[in-house]
Amino acid sequence: MSVLAHVFEAAGIATVVLSSIRPMCEKVSPPRALHCEFPLGRPLGRPNDPEFQHDVLARAFALLDAPSGPVLVDHPEVIESDEQPLACALPPRFDPSLPPAVDEARGLRKAYDRLLARRGVTAVGRVTDADGVPAALGVLHAIANGADWKEAGLPGGNTVAVCHDIRNYYEEAAVELVDGPPPVGRAMEDWFYDQTEAGRTILAARAAIRDSGAKFPIWFYMVAGHR
Amino acid sequence: MNGDQAMRAYAAGLPAPEFPDPAWVTPKPLSESTVAIVTSAALHTPDDDAFTNADTSYRVIDRARRDLVMGHWSPNFDHTGIVLDLDVVYPINRLEELAERGVIGAVAPRHLSFAGNQPDDVATIRLDSGPRAAAALKADGVDVVLLTPV
Repeated sequence: MSVLAHVFEAAGIATVVLSSIRPMCEKVSPPRALHCEFPLGRPLGRPNDPEFQHDVLARAFALLDAPSGPVLVDHPEVIESDEQPLACALPPRFDPSLPPAVDEARGLRKAYDRLLARRGVTAVGRVTDADGVPAALGVLHAIANGADWKEAGLPGGNTVAVCHDIRNYYEEAAVELVDGPPPVGRAMEDWFYDQTEAGRTILAARAAIRDSGAKFPIWFYMVAGHR
Repeated sequence: MNGDQAMRAYAAGLPAPEFPDPAWVTPKPLSESTVAIVTSAALHTPDDDAFTNADTSYRVIDRARRDLVMGHWSPNFDHTGIVLDLDVVYPINRLEELAERGVIGAVAPRHLSFAGNQPDDVATIRLDSGPRAAAALKADGVDVVLLTPV
């Protein structure tokens, strides 16, 4: 972002950066930056809070009044990414003949469809769609239990893309199912990896792929790096 | 250490390009400026080409579009904020409100989206896709760009 600010400014366009990683912003030093210590992935801070978002924008655009730069100013509020798992009911076991994650994913389909109908767009679809998510989890279940990942039939043959599709499917379903206020920052991620069969299956499949000697990017980026 | 702290600590140590003689534009009044959003969230419409891993190009988002998905390849940040509210990543409705109130002059007809996970030398966006993006924004009469990361 800060690199593009320099490029645009050189072309004659004034820029304001919303910074998310302060040390990087200090190093690249764009002309004008408002550092926002908010959850990564939420540069305007709070979803569904137009007033707060306008406050961020007002502080950012105010930097255009600076007579010279670079200027780097901090938004006064810090928003922590909540590590507390959210309260979100998971479907009961329905078909015990299936791997648990496959059964679970099927059970979430109605919630996923409700959000899709309301929102009109989904991030699921890199290598599979919602219809393919349970089967993809079946493949990962097999990999976790010793199948060769290269021959197990992963959609698109892409370990990282299929994990994005599965996680997006779950997180979009969970937005419909969550009890109470909408989840903050990392709460949804914690729910996915710590509480769902799909999260456990992906972590187990990832460990199996790593232990099989696969190259680092093939397994590492299947989940968030600190896991 | 939570996920955001881990990611911030990691990113702080990444190599950073230097701009020894940075340009500085003295902007005209905001109330007369056309404003565009440029994001690194890898947003795209469902009918547009998805971002590849290590994509150095950008997608153009028409001002009226709201059916956007985040095609970013990093699993290391929250992808649900945008599911709850597009504006928390791409504040297009907030910009429209600012234009209605006369705070900004106009909302640009097109906005741009890059993928934040660029090669360390950032050579392509610095020398190729970035300048092309700037020319496209200039052609649309853009005076001010708001850059939003993820």
